[in-house]
Formats: sequence, C-alpha cells, structure tokens
Amino acid sequence: MSAALSLKNVWVEYGDKIVLERINLDIDEGAFVSVVGPSGAGKSSLLKLVLGQAAPSRGSITLDGEKLKAECTPERGVVFQRYSVFSHLTVLGNTIFGLECEEAPLTGRLFGAKRRAAVEKATEMLQAVGLGDALDLYPAEMSGGMQQRLAIAQALIKRPRILLLDEPFGALDPGIRADMHTLITKLWREYSLTILMVTHDIQEAFSLGTRVLTLDKSRVDPHAPGRFGATVVYDLSLDRRLAKEAEIAAELVDETPSGEGEITNA
Amino acid sequence: MSWLTGRDWPSGFKGNKVLLGLVPIAILLVLYLIVAADRNAINPAEKITPMPSAMVEAMWALVFEKDQLSGRYLFWSDTLASLQRLGLGLGISTLTALVVGLLLGVLPTFRATFGMTVTSIAVIPPIALLPILFIVFGLGETAKVALIVVGIAPFMVRDLAQYTGDLPREQIVKAQTLGASTWQLMLRFALPQAMPRLIQALRLSLGPAWVFLISAEAIASDIGLGYRIFLVRRYLAMDVILPYVIWIAILAALIDWALRALSLRLYPWAHGDSH
Repeated sequence: MSAALSLKNVWVEYGDKIVLERINLDIDEGAFVSVVGPSGAGKSSLLKLVLGQAAPSRGSITLDGEKLKAECTPERGVVFQRYSVFSHLTVLGNTIFGLECEEAPLTGRLFGAKRRAAVEKATEMLQAVGLGDALDLYPAEMSGGMQQRLAIAQALIKRPRILLLDEPFGALDPGIRADMHTLITKLWREYSLTILMVTHDIQEAFSLGTRVLTLDKSRVDPHAPGRFGATVVYDLSLDRRLAKEAEIAAELVDETPSGEGEITNA
Repeated sequence: MSWLTGRDWPSGFKGNKVLLGLVPIAILLVLYLIVAADRNAINPAEKITPMPSAMVEAMWALVFEKDQLSGRYLFWSDTLASLQRLGLGLGISTLTALVVGLLLGVLPTFRATFGMTVTSIAVIPPIALLPILFIVFGLGETAKVALIVVGIAPFMVRDLAQYTGDLPREQIVKAQTLGASTWQLMLRFALPQAMPRLIQALRLSLGPAWVFLISAEAIASDIGLGYRIFLVRRYLAMDVILPYVIWIAILAALIDWALRALSLRLYPWAHGDSH
C-alpha cells in the first residue's frame, strides 16, 4: 500500500517551547491510526498540523505526494469532540453544506435539480450513519451521539482523502460510544477511509485502530519543560486486526446502527 | 408552591402568567385612582393628578379632532412622526451593526484596524454630540435620526462583533474543511448565527433609542410624541402627558414583542428546545 500522508522530520516550536520534534510518519491509504499519549504530549498539535490549522516550523508534510498547504482544505475532513455541526442548520442542511459550498461559490445555496441531487446524496449519507429519520431536526434537538453521527456524515459527503477525528466519542455515554465504534468501523470499511484519530481512551485506540501511535516526550529536562518536544515513542501495527475484523463483521450482521432511543427533545 | 421553579402555583393562578403579570399594574392603577380622587375632592382645579375622565376629554381633541392651526390630527401625526424617526434610526443602526459587527467579529485584520475606532466612538455620550449633529445636519429630521444611530449603533456593533468573534473556532475550521470560502463562511455561517443575536441587541437598544428620540424631539421639533409632552408641560397638562407616556410604553412593548416573535419564527434553533 502507498503512503497517503507522510510527515518528514516535522517540528512544531513556539518560540523556545518545543511541542513536537522529529516526527517521521507514513500513514498508508486505508489505515485507521489511533494517536494516544498523556495530556500536553502534542496530540492536538499533531492533528492541527494535518488539519492545516498550524504549519510545522521545520520539516514537511505531504498528502499523496503533494505538499500540504497550511489551510483547512476539503481534502481533510474533521470531527471534533464538540461544536462540529452548525446549530442554525437542520440535519439535512448541515450535510448538504459541503456540496453547496463547492457548487455555488457566490450564493452558497443550490436550487432546483442541483439541489435535489445534493439532497439525494445527503439523504443516502445520512441513512448510512443512521440519521435517515431525522432529516429536519436541528442539532439542539438531538443527543450528543446523534450530533456526532451528523458530524461524520457532514465530513464524509466531501469524500475527504483523510478523516481526522479529535476525541470524537469522548463526550458520549459508554453505551452510545460502543454504537459509534461499530458505526465508524462500518464506514471505514465501506468507504475505504483513511482515518487519523486522537483519543484519550486506550481501549478505544486499540479496538478501532489498525495502528496505534503513542506520543510522549523521549527526553525531559526538569529545569526547562519546554526544551524537548514530544515524538512518536511507540508505533504499533496491530496484526490482531484480522481476528478482530471477523469479530466486528459478525457483530455488524445483527446490529443495525440507528438513532433510536437517542432523541431527546424531538 | 416553589418560587424558583414556578411549579405548584395556587390553583387560581395555574398556567395564567398573563393574569399574574397584570396584578402589579392593576395595583398601581388603583393606587393612582385613590390619590387622584382624593386630591380632586379637595381641589376641583387639580392639574397634577387628573382623573381618567379629564384625560379622555383632553385626548379626545387630539385623537379625533383636527387641529385648527395645522389641520392635522395631532395625536396621530405625532405618533407617525416619532415612529418614522425611530424606525429609520433603528433600521440604520441594525444595518450598520450587521455589516460592521460581522466584519469586526470574523476578520481579524478588520478588527485590528477598526476595533479601537469603534470603541472610541462608543464611549462618547451621544447627547454630548447632539449640538454637533444639530450644527451639521440642521434642526430637521436628519439630526434626530442621527442621534438615535449615534446612540445605539456602537453598542450593537460591539455586541455583535463580540458575539461573532466568540463563535467556536471548531465551527469555522469545520466549514473550511467542507470547502467554504471566506465569503461563504460569512454568508452561510457567521450571518445566520449572528441574526438572532442582532435582534436581541436591537430589543435591548429599544429603551435607549426611545430616550434619544424623545430628547431630540424635546429640544428641536414641531411634531412628535416627545415634542408634544414637552410642549404641554408648560401648562402642567398632565391630562395629556400621562396618556402620551402610556401610549409610548404600549408602542415600545409592541415593537419589542414583534421583534421577539420575528426571531422565534425565523430562527427557532436559537431559542433553546422550546419550539
């Protein structure tokens, strides 16, 4: 498999403070990479780099061989822990937003046949994440789990080259979180996604990922905490994945993800 | 019964918030009537606390009879003139707040350039500018509208700029990853997110707007609700002043109610889960 995303000797420094150092990373197409590490180990900084919110102070990042711009472009989809969906748009409005931006640069809105096509595409996507019955709800009327489902659909409709997840399930109840794990695994397989997920939950990192990265400082100067940055200290490829996949596939057969029982104020 | 939750009201009041809200007003009215009746009994020429019958009589001429001098129904002409000034002032302020507030809130370069200017203008007491407005715009309508705008627009601009500036960064990043340009971000994200807040700011500005309107009319005008009140003050004509004040209160309440209804209707998502 080819490397979709590749980081070469990447550093992130803010003045004297080194956040990340010597990051060398090749992420294969179709990989599900979990990133774990203690607080302040630069997990979010790594995500911001790939997202384009920040530029590396040294080194280079390439996506499909092309240098990544330090802008948030549509090749990269993102789901945050919170605030990932637009409160002023309905479920459907949120999902077609990406299509509208692409096809209507001036008005940001689609009409007629184009809109119908977008709505159809969005509805299909929403059915895939189990929100087929909630098209006209506003985010405020939905539970946290449903909002995250929507955030995923909203990102996936742009068919991003890489999907970035920033603790996407961190704010959810354990039961809902398990549902979401099943959902993201299903989507990852069906749409052949390349996923980079930052998480606090080690178990989640191992059960979802095909590869687990641990970020931490390899050197510490107690008198100058900012002197050394974090880097990749463990990089585990999970061969167990094959066995696990069979298990998940079995689960998928009798489990259909849906938003049932999650509606709070409908 | 619980004062905090409003549950378990005594059975007579259950679910009847309007009735409950009218009680203090009714008490005030009764108190006034007692005082007025008392004073009128002592002095039949009493002017400070006229009885309702005297108010009706005085207002009748203003509402239903043409003024001999100008040939106008004064009450309605006053109302129309005031509402026109208020409407223009509110409209211009709202438009200014929307454009400037959004630009200040969303674009950091714009904020760095003009933020300090807006703040400096906002701290000037508007009434101190009134002489300048009269000198520059003359004593006509423009100066009065300008006073309202100078009075409330800076507050609205700053409120909206603060609000849009505080919109979650995640949402802007998300919009960008969905392919939104700066223009689309403004049009499809910042603008709709700002609208309910703008209406909220407008509602809060209604009070000050009326203050500036009445002030401007009191100082230089020949028509308008504020003008009339200050004119008849010379004759201690409380039988006109009191109904006018009540009328102003009703108008202000109606505008506020209409704006709230508009916001609820257009932006249901901004009003919690209760829609």
